[in-house]
Amino acid sequence: MKADPLLDLKSKLFLALLVAAAIVVPMANLVAAPGSDFYLPSFAVALFGKYLTYALLALSVDLIWGYCGILSLGHGAFFALGGYAMGMHLMREIGPRGVYGDPVLPDFMVFLDWKELPWFWWGFDQFWFACLMVLLVPGGLAFVFGWLAFRSRVTGVYLSIITQAMTYALMLAFFRNDMGFGGNNGLTDFRDVLGFDLRSDATRAGLFVASAAALGLGYLLARRVTTSRAGKVLVSVRDAEARARFLGYRVEGYKLMVFTLSAMMAGVAGALYVPQVGIINPGEFSPANSIEIVIWVAVGGRGLLLGAVLGAILVNGAKTLLTGWVPEIWIFVLGLIFVLVTLFLPKGVLGAFGTLSWRSGGARRGASAQPAE
Amino acid sequence: MEFARGSMLYLDDVSVSFDGFKAINGLSLMLAPGEMRAVIGPNGAGKTTMMDIITGKTRPDHGDVIFDQSIDLTRHDETDIARMGIGRKFQKPTVFETHTVADNLLLSLAGKRGVFETLLAQITGAEARRIEEILETIRLEERRDDLAADLSHGQKQWLEIGMLLAQDPKVLLVDEPAAGMTDAETMATADLLKRIAGEHTVMVVEHDMEFVRALGVKVTVLNEGSVLAEGSLDHVSADPHVIESYLGR
Ligand SMILES: Nc1ncnc2c1ncn2[C@@H]1O[C@H](COP(=O)(O)OP(=O)(O)OP(=O)(O)O)[C@@H](O)[C@H]1O
Ligand SMILES: [Mg+2]
Repeated sequence: MKADPLLDLKSKLFLALLVAAAIVVPMANLVAAPGSDFYLPSFAVALFGKYLTYALLALSVDLIWGYCGILSLGHGAFFALGGYAMGMHLMREIGPRGVYGDPVLPDFMVFLDWKELPWFWWGFDQFWFACLMVLLVPGGLAFVFGWLAFRSRVTGVYLSIITQAMTYALMLAFFRNDMGFGGNNGLTDFRDVLGFDLRSDATRAGLFVASAAALGLGYLLARRVTTSRAGKVLVSVRDAEARARFLGYRVEGYKLMVFTLSAMMAGVAGALYVPQVGIINPGEFSPANSIEIVIWVAVGGRGLLLGAVLGAILVNGAKTLLTGWVPEIWIFVLGLIFVLVTLFLPKGVLGAFGTLSWRSGGARRGASAQPAE
Repeated sequence: MEFARGSMLYLDDVSVSFDGFKAINGLSLMLAPGEMRAVIGPNGAGKTTMMDIITGKTRPDHGDVIFDQSIDLTRHDETDIARMGIGRKFQKPTVFETHTVADNLLLSLAGKRGVFETLLAQITGAEARRIEEILETIRLEERRDDLAADLSHGQKQWLEIGMLLAQDPKVLLVDEPAAGMTDAETMATADLLKRIAGEHTVMVVEHDMEFVRALGVKVTVLNEGSVLAEGSLDHVSADPHVIESYLGR
């Protein structure tokens, strides 16, 4: 019953790697001379930063799917909501520098001939308020949604379907101009964040470091939860929900806790994503996006945390390379990867690799939380 | 609830039907505190369904289900009922396969159940000692750090009984504990249950007559959802109705 330590060998390696990346990537862009072998172009910094936010998003999905068996096919919605909350702040920060020069109203509102700021935009001029909303809006939605779903004991495929319906409904809502979030164009043309120019290399480097830090903290938080006794309860719920109930665990409460936490992590990922890609639009709510996240986790290895991180980076790296090369085939390649991994690497890349070479725990075989089939 | 006085578990005229099929039909049964009772009956008699009703998994259409003289169990769900002190071993052994044997017991130990409690919980010395005691009782000390999935069928049965002990409930409902066990294991299981009884109220469902005989307690025969006969094993074995519907087949 030796407890699984918060920082096991794999975690230390991962965090060390993350710190190294947070130093090397900005240096390679800011310090190395353009043209030298060590120089990293600015677009690559933003691209890698984006991967880190995807990794955090994948981590949030693994926390609920890998450890509690909740297959959310709507996690893109929480990511997008966090992104919109940050986007709203970035819009407000444009101030009078917009095309129409209105000191308060974002351009799209002036264009729609709105006279004043809708109430739900109030407060977003404050960075701290936006940060709070990045957590509270996805977290609040997940809490209400989860409370209704888990209390009615909606599980399995049915739960997955209603999470898809949720993100689809949000997408349709955000497409509407009169929702007040910029309709199908979404929010874009951001200028700066906290006074730093978003187009400058230093800001990009800063956002990269912030993304690395968020991923590291998200990972530690996920480790804290999954290595605790509550984490063991979550796995118990995943593998034998009825048993957990008959032992006196309030299963809904555990699901609700982890679902809400996971949605907040996804929201933070979205908030860091938006300034690095420069836009957030309703397409981020598309059901296909949410399915892709699940594929990242499956590819990397479900129920391992680091598998999700690895999967997000591998799949998105492949996507970047392929779409630059032959864009049309990406969706087929993604499908193929998923099928191949499911057939030949059911535990994902890290899961397969892990059983070969990571035997750090010696006799202890129960360390990882590989889901039962 | 005068009628339930002096009982630990009291079922009166309980009925439940699934799509018009009466799985439990006017079932009445009473267990005194500290009593052990064996329940036998043919397949489909409603033995498991009766346990489902007591533990809140199935809501009866009709009838009273009273625990500890005053608690109406039909108003509570599985979690509440488990916390009030009714533990259950399933017919198909159900343990947490991806947890170690020791962790299965840790999660079953009476006490911490809330989300924030378990998030912060550190294993205490008392908890560790209790786990060792139970491991010894269920003879799985050697398998402490193995995954429950790697246990044999009989060992899983024992682990699940160990989980019941860890829960330390007032009432234990034990559904077919000897299934899949060797004769020696079966007898050891009977001994174990006999030791538990007294402090706890125990209801055991079993098809194995040797096992029931070894328990040496009052037997209730269930058939088609109601009580067919009740008494010592010899008494019910001689009952012509029981012979016709169960033993004679
Ligand atoms: N949820 C349910 N839905 C429909 N029918 C059910 C349900 N649960 C039990 N039954 C039916 O009720 C009857 C009683 O089943 P139960 O499992 O209680 O029998 P049992 O006495 O435990 O039998 P066994 O000795 O085979 O375990 C069976 O005919 C079963 O098919
Ligand atoms: Mg049964």
